[in-house]
Amino acid sequence: MSDTRAAGDSIVEVRGVNYAIGGRTIFDGLDLQARRGEITAVLGPSGTGKTTLLRLLMGAIAPELGQVSVFGQDISALDRHGLYAMRRRVGMLFQNGALLTDLSVFENVAFPLREHSRLPEPLLRRLVLMKLQAVGLRGAAELSTSALSGGMARRVALARAIVMDPELLIYDEPFAGLDPISLGVILRLIQSLNATLGISSIVVTHDVQEISSIAHHSFLLSGGKVIATGNPAKLRAADAAVVNQFMHGLPDGPVPFHVPAGDYREQLLGGDW
Amino acid sequence: MNGAHASSALLAACARAGRVALFLGRIVGQCLPALRRPRLLVQQIYNAGARSLVIIMLCGLFVGMVLALQAYDLLQRFGSESALGVAAALGLVKELGPVITALLFAGRAGTAMASEIGLMRATDQLNAMEMMAVDPVRHVVAPRFLGGIIAMPLLTATFDVIGLFGAQLIGVGLLGVESGSFWSQMQSAVTSRDINEGLIKSLCFGVACSLMAVYEGFHAEPTAEGVGLATTRTVVSSAILTLLLDYMLTAAFLGS
Repeated sequence: MSDTRAAGDSIVEVRGVNYAIGGRTIFDGLDLQARRGEITAVLGPSGTGKTTLLRLLMGAIAPELGQVSVFGQDISALDRHGLYAMRRRVGMLFQNGALLTDLSVFENVAFPLREHSRLPEPLLRRLVLMKLQAVGLRGAAELSTSALSGGMARRVALARAIVMDPELLIYDEPFAGLDPISLGVILRLIQSLNATLGISSIVVTHDVQEISSIAHHSFLLSGGKVIATGNPAKLRAADAAVVNQFMHGLPDGPVPFHVPAGDYREQLLGGDW
Repeated sequence: MNGAHASSALLAACARAGRVALFLGRIVGQCLPALRRPRLLVQQIYNAGARSLVIIMLCGLFVGMVLALQAYDLLQRFGSESALGVAAALGLVKELGPVITALLFAGRAGTAMASEIGLMRATDQLNAMEMMAVDPVRHVVAPRFLGGIIAMPLLTATFDVIGLFGAQLIGVGLLGVESGSFWSQMQSAVTSRDINEGLIKSLCFGVACSLMAVYEGFHAEPTAEGVGLATTRTVVSSAILTLLLDYMLTAAFLGS
């Protein structure tokens, strides 16, 4: 199913992308777009290539066919310098935070600024503290990363992702493994950062309930392409079996509970193991 | 069948050597920017050098002591026990110092480098740097590579000095070689050329061991097994490369 929304204000466009790893097709004619200023959710069961999609968007891998554009630039056409220039305009939150373990919380957030700017130390310090304040962790600035809980690490990573004031924020499974309080905090932060800083957001997740409350638009991936698109309410009301199974968390359906196997009785009683 | 297997193994080895050479080129391109960040470099010299100091000193002492015993046994057959100082010094400075230091370096600092970088790969830290438009080769690999190269000759010199102390301890203290002849013959026979030979060897081993450590760590599979494998491969390939280079350099020095 292709997306029919207007392309004029899109910040990310994926058109007819094919990609395979080791002979296994991940994407087969994938089309989607994210609009400026919106929270776009990319949903799908585990193993549908959601993280691979992020790697395509960031230019870490190139599609075999089709085009990936970010800020109107074809990612495949960029050299290393151009790719790094594009990435400076994007913030990315990794699933596990990916904080640098040899640096403190403060230095982790300061890292992109130290690498890409020559700001005087007092100004840099203020900027970092402002970002830490935005995620509620100014008081943890001097802690080492090993002293952080999973939810705190994710918030530090979020502060680091926004420290360069990006135009686009990409979240990879931001809710995975979080307790309800941390989950609520991250959810609120995604929404408030999007609204107050005017950042466009792409959230890749399989947590349907959480993201449905804040996403402006959603894409549901399955079988290497987008099988449903629209706002979360529209997706929930969809009658297609796969969409229905995923949106309502049904254990069995078009995505089977059992991995295909031989006859159960024969395997148990046949002694042919 | 065996021939085909051997040729494919040879091709794989050549391809790996090519990848290592390309990686070395990439690191060399980032060495200058890394040198502009002395704090990172000093930290890595400390990690590779100072943290290996105890094991280097301990091994240097024992190697010097064993060398004195063996050399004394050989020299007394020719009535040349007084040349023990020269034999120990030349053996340590030209050969045992650089080689054993490199092997110990690969086992201590090389494995630490490989597993640290491999874990950074497994925990997405290197990917995160890439996504922040920071080249991990510049920020992570080049300082460790340079730190290893700088640390190796310093560790070798320490090994040599402690080894000579061990040789003197056994030769003069236990076996009764006269202290004056031990040191004076050493002083007159060991030339700056011998010392330079050892220095050049240790620099070459520093490049080889550091390169294998950062290469294996950087290209480790992002799993626990992958990091373990990278650590093992670091030790094996560093040891082979060190001994191969040692032969080539020794042959070149003797030839010249």
